[in-house]
Amino acid sequence: MQATTSKVRSDASPLAGKRPKHAREELRGRIYIYFCVLLMIVTIFSIVYFIASRGLAPFFSGDVGIGDMLLGQTWRPEGAPAAFGAFPFLFGSFATSLLAAIISAPLGFCASIFMTEIMPKFGRTALQPAIELLAGIPSVVYGFVGLSVVVPFLRNNFPGQGIGILAGAIVLSIMILPTITTIATDSLRSLPHGLKEGSYALGATRWQTISRIVLPTTLPSLLTGVVLGIARAFGEALAVQMVIGNAPVIPHSLFESATTLTSVITLEMGNTTSGSLHNNALWSLALMLLIMTFLFVFVVRMLERRTKR
Amino acid sequence: MSPRTVDRIATGVICAVAALIMAVLVSLLGFLLFRGVRHIDFHFLTSVPQTIKAGGGIGPQLFNSLFLLVLTMIITIPLGIGAGIYMSEYAKPNRLTGFIRLVVEVLSSFPSIVVGLFGLLVIVNTFGLGYSLLSGALALTVFNLPMMVRLTEQSLRSVPREQKEAGLALGMSQWKTIRSVMLPVALPSIVTGTILAAGRVFGEAAALLFTAGMSSPRLDFTDWNPLHPASPLNPMRPAETLAVHIWKINSEGLAPDAPQIAAGASAVLVIMVLLFNLGARWFGRVLYRKLTAGK
Amino acid sequence: MNEQAFYTKDLSVYYGEKQAVKKISMDFPDRQVVALIGPSGCGKSTFLRSLNRMNDLIAGCRIEGEVWIGGQNICDPATDVVSLRQKIGMVWQRPNPFHKSIYENIAFGPRYHGIRGRKELDRIVEDCLRKTALWDEVKDRLDQSGLALSGGQQQRLCIARSLAVKPRILLMDEPASALDPVSTAKIEELIGELKKEYSIVIVTHNMQQAARISDRTAFFFLGDLVEYDDTQKMFTNPSRKSTDDYLSGRFG
Repeated sequence: MQATTSKVRSDASPLAGKRPKHAREELRGRIYIYFCVLLMIVTIFSIVYFIASRGLAPFFSGDVGIGDMLLGQTWRPEGAPAAFGAFPFLFGSFATSLLAAIISAPLGFCASIFMTEIMPKFGRTALQPAIELLAGIPSVVYGFVGLSVVVPFLRNNFPGQGIGILAGAIVLSIMILPTITTIATDSLRSLPHGLKEGSYALGATRWQTISRIVLPTTLPSLLTGVVLGIARAFGEALAVQMVIGNAPVIPHSLFESATTLTSVITLEMGNTTSGSLHNNALWSLALMLLIMTFLFVFVVRMLERRTKR
Repeated sequence: MSPRTVDRIATGVICAVAALIMAVLVSLLGFLLFRGVRHIDFHFLTSVPQTIKAGGGIGPQLFNSLFLLVLTMIITIPLGIGAGIYMSEYAKPNRLTGFIRLVVEVLSSFPSIVVGLFGLLVIVNTFGLGYSLLSGALALTVFNLPMMVRLTEQSLRSVPREQKEAGLALGMSQWKTIRSVMLPVALPSIVTGTILAAGRVFGEAAALLFTAGMSSPRLDFTDWNPLHPASPLNPMRPAETLAVHIWKINSEGLAPDAPQIAAGASAVLVIMVLLFNLGARWFGRVLYRKLTAGK
Repeated sequence: MNEQAFYTKDLSVYYGEKQAVKKISMDFPDRQVVALIGPSGCGKSTFLRSLNRMNDLIAGCRIEGEVWIGGQNICDPATDVVSLRQKIGMVWQRPNPFHKSIYENIAFGPRYHGIRGRKELDRIVEDCLRKTALWDEVKDRLDQSGLALSGGQQQRLCIARSLAVKPRILLMDEPASALDPVSTAKIEELIGELKKEYSIVIVTHNMQQAARISDRTAFFFLGDLVEYDDTQKMFTNPSRKSTDDYLSGRFG
């Protein structure tokens, strides 16, 4: 029997003789994927570092105070004396994105309730692909539609030129609708089955079940979708820039020309020389966008933590 | 009001909203296609744009968009798959992995204009690549990479565990198992997702304004040597893409037929996105069938 | 004891705090079929999967004790697990052919281990398919996807695949439980053939199956090895009462 064992072993040995090969291959593979991950980490740190170093320059050089920039209402970069009040931009960004969310969130919730509770089949085959398609349409196309449909419509029906906060918010609300709807639909679908049936069994109507059971349970997820939508709207550049009018002032109504952080950067970055105070001030605006991004990610994480609980 | 009445009203409102959304989408697409398709013909798709005269086309822009997409995907796909493999197969549940997950999340939430600005600062100026296709492709890589990573991670996670174990049980290294056993299984969903991501890249403009530039040199479509400055294939030349072109003619177009050109170009862009969408679904199905069934 | 192909000594497996396998010492005779039986959750699958360190993949799983195979303790952290697994074939409950052609499913392993010649690979493929009685059924469509086969054929393809890298031991985790009776009979017949060349450890839910195909049977209960004996003796005259209760269907 000893002979048998050794025969079996020698059978295996020509194959087993290649021992280091798999280890070398594994090492090469790991080096490659570690490189990919490292590159991502380096990218994010360099984004933060480079934008922060340029964006903080106006404050360190003492040319502009942080308070003056955040609260100042006059943006006159080439004037004498120059003024770098970015409050109108912040106001414009917040106003358009919040308004967009106010328009879009109820629509998105209704759409997702429709797709999960009322007509799941039609929702899955028609409404859902349609909404996914909305997500794929490029933002410049939304801007173009805004310019050729939304703005003329507002001009004809309301005071003013049609351009302004409301035009921007309407365009953005269509753009963020897919984000809000998709996340809401996912969370409604993942609801435990027994929860709803229990409510129906007690004789509650569909709307009672939705409003008292379904919506409260899924609230954190619904809010996550809304925050992600606001984040997307806040960072959107071209579609808003095309319809908002680009006047660096705080508007008195929804139908007056205004502007946002992204619009100012888009329009002015190309016309300033690198290193000038004006240019650096634009980087400060970019830094604000960056900080807002971190803030949004933070809020989303908080909400997700509540969802899991 | 009785609960039953409230229920009826609520149901009616919800259905009305769903109908409204469908109507908005249909009229949006209808508007874009109806307004735009009239202006699309062979001449429009192939000729160069005119600044002050009517009758300009979008030929170079269309080419630039496609070429830029190819360049971006060549850079993004290997990097994204690599990092996705790490996230799905090698990452241990510890703080480092949590941190990398945060990095991917933040990277994917950066507004595209911020990515474009980073490209301007680092790729265009610091690396000295200038306004060029390559700068644009690198910026789009930053924009697209997180999507690719998530896609790869999810696709690999959905591969049955037995597939992985079967590879390992044959005495293969983990890397070989992932590459030759798991990736082929995950491929259909990776391909589908990649085509959808390509649609997004194709329509992106904000990240390109300050990286690929807003102008295109006069191209010589008979010169295919990538090293010549007028060659369409030269990756170091500035390139205005279709999406950027639409933005530019809407904000500063001087040609008398600028609205028509914008409409035509938007229609082309939307048709391309539709094609990417349908293509992704179709290709995913075909690939799935080919890999699972017989011939 | 000189016949034994391998043995375990005080092998324990933990999932986090929970001990799933409790200090099991077993020896596995060369070229025999050992069946592991017991109710669900008794630790038999976990035990099987620690014989080729497949439990390493499961987060939070920890192994204590020793598994000796060919003079080597494979639980030693210094063990080259990748090379070890080549010597131990494995078959799962659900057939899991690679998403490749029938030919590739089998040639993939040997090619990886350095066999490049087309003729040599052809020979291995035919040989393995003949051993699993699949050759006549598939020889005309070797380039078709392995997933195009029926469930029973897929399972035999998976067995053929594991034979192609020349293991000494075959671990089978309920290999027939997802198959119809005809396919099950074929697999059982196949196991009878294979034990002429390989030591086989098989986990099964089906006590009749264990009685039909195994030489020795081990009864697991709540992570303990209750009884381990010749199959014949075990099924006719078990020495423990709980074994008798389980075999006669009083629980489990």
